[in-house]
Amino acid sequence: MGWKWDKNKCLRCGGCVAVCPTQALELTENGIEWDESRCIHCGICEEFCPVKAIKVKKEKKEDKK
Amino acid sequence: MRDVIVVGAGPGGTAAAKYLASKGYDVVIYEKRQEIGAPKRCGEGISFGGLERLGLELPKNCVRQVINSALVYAPDNSHVEVSYGKDYGYVVERKMFDKWLAEEAVRKGAKVKAKTYIKEVLKEDGKVVGVRGEHLGEEFEEKCKVLIAADGIESKISRMAGLNTTANPMLVDSGFQYEMTGIKISDPKKIHLYFGNDIAPRGYIWIFPKGEDVANVGIGIVGKSQKSAKEYLSEFVEKTEGLKDGSILEVNSGGIPIGGLMNKMTLDNFLAIGDAAHQVNPINGGGMYEAQFAARIAADVIDEGIQKGDTSEKQLDKYNKKWWEERGNKLKKVEKIREVSEKLSDEDFNFLAKELKGDNLIDFSRGQGLKGLGKILIKKPHLAKYVKGLHLEF
Ligand SMILES: Cc1cc2nc3c(=O)[nH]c(=O)nc-3n(C[C@H](O)[C@H](O)[C@H](O)COP(=O)(O)OP(=O)(O)OC[C@H]3O[C@@H](n4cnc5c(N)ncnc54)[C@H](O)[C@@H]3O)c2cc1C
Ligand code: SF4
Ligand code: SF4
Repeated sequence: MGWKWDKNKCLRCGGCVAVCPTQALELTENGIEWDESRCIHCGICEEFCPVKAIKVKKEKKEDKK
Repeated sequence: MRDVIVVGAGPGGTAAAKYLASKGYDVVIYEKRQEIGAPKRCGEGISFGGLERLGLELPKNCVRQVINSALVYAPDNSHVEVSYGKDYGYVVERKMFDKWLAEEAVRKGAKVKAKTYIKEVLKEDGKVVGVRGEHLGEEFEEKCKVLIAADGIESKISRMAGLNTTANPMLVDSGFQYEMTGIKISDPKKIHLYFGNDIAPRGYIWIFPKGEDVANVGIGIVGKSQKSAKEYLSEFVEKTEGLKDGSILEVNSGGIPIGGLMNKMTLDNFLAIGDAAHQVNPINGGGMYEAQFAARIAADVIDEGIQKGDTSEKQLDKYNKKWWEERGNKLKKVEKIREVSEKLSDEDFNFLAKELKGDNLIDFSRGQGLKGLGKILIKKPHLAKYVKGLHLEF
């Protein structure tokens, strides 16, 4: 539950998909889809998003890099 | 079985299909959007030089504004005028431009299908052989001799095919833009570029006019900034006379690759072009030209491969080599200049605005004039250290 996407803010630009290091994101008909099993909660997508549509909670310590 | 399947109907994909169809190949473009060209992720600027090299003569309905110079502002508002001495480029209407490019491809014999989402790359013995997609709810599979990934910044197709195109987040600008109207543009033939760490850290703000009271007003910054691109741009608009009372026609955003050029953009039966392969000018963010330029090289190499019956990675490697020779090495130099510009403080920008001439800036965006930049940097001890990064020989 450490990743939140705000569909009202998102402009469907796909930038977050490009920078996600683990390919956890995909831009589909339904907007940004998040694959929890791939996400390492690095926060890169949140830092990138031009409109702050993503919030990532950095959960585990070992995930920090 | 098709000769070639292209994923993505941006400038790169449509150009590749056009070149291949002109050579007589059976080629199709699949585009996931329901409307080609919209929503745009672009400031819509392109130079006459670029269009000429691509052999493109735009129909009137694609052109919004002719540009003849650029005003580049330092944080203290001093500026350098980059005057090309004559009309230099266009601000186009991407919705019309991209559709026209697709029409041109079809006129040459290609097929285009919008609202077709490619979900999967099919492989046999580890080699790319086709795609699985969906058009208006109907699934299909199709095979091809060569697959071209022209799917833009997301670059999912390459990754599915087995080519790692994940972008280094520090090398993708976070872009945000308003297309505005009800604004005052003093001279629509001039574009405006604003630098400064408070207004656009490690990037800049642009105004690209589309007439006397319409413009693309946008920003590109490195993702790791204090505020979001939208916040920086909104602050700029609110404090800028002529803009602050304007209306918003469109809101655009996107990632702009500003580096991370790839040595290897090929696999067996597969290659990537355009944003999908990070082929963008690292200083001005221009990618429409780059994608189409690469498409032409790709089409030539694929043509040769199919004729020989060999579209292996080894054969397609000629695309990597040719692209680097004709384009990559130049863009790499542009990237070096960008790397220096990212380290500059506001005082440094003010200093450079006084030292640099318009011609210097034209050279920089072409990867030229590095020596001139080096000579100016050397004047200030704290800037002299960046000269090394330019890899110059004096
Ligand atoms: C804010 C901003 C401003 C810019 N300003 C300029 C500028 O002024 N001048 C300039 O030259 N460049 C500019 N650029 C860059 C330029 O827009 C891109 O470089 C250019 O569009 C790249 O073309 P392309 O064909 O590689 O990809 P795109 O134009 O991105 O096309 C890719 C296409 O592939 C489709 N696609 C993706 N995945 C799939 C799939 N799975 N199935 C089917 N279709 C798919 C997409 O929907 C898209 O239509 C700007 C970019 C941004 C973000
Ligand atoms: S970067 Fe932000 S606006 Fe763009 S698709 Fe991702 S969540 Fe949406
Ligand atoms: S937090 Fe990191 S791994 Fe998770 S979706 Fe965002 S970029 Fe990908």
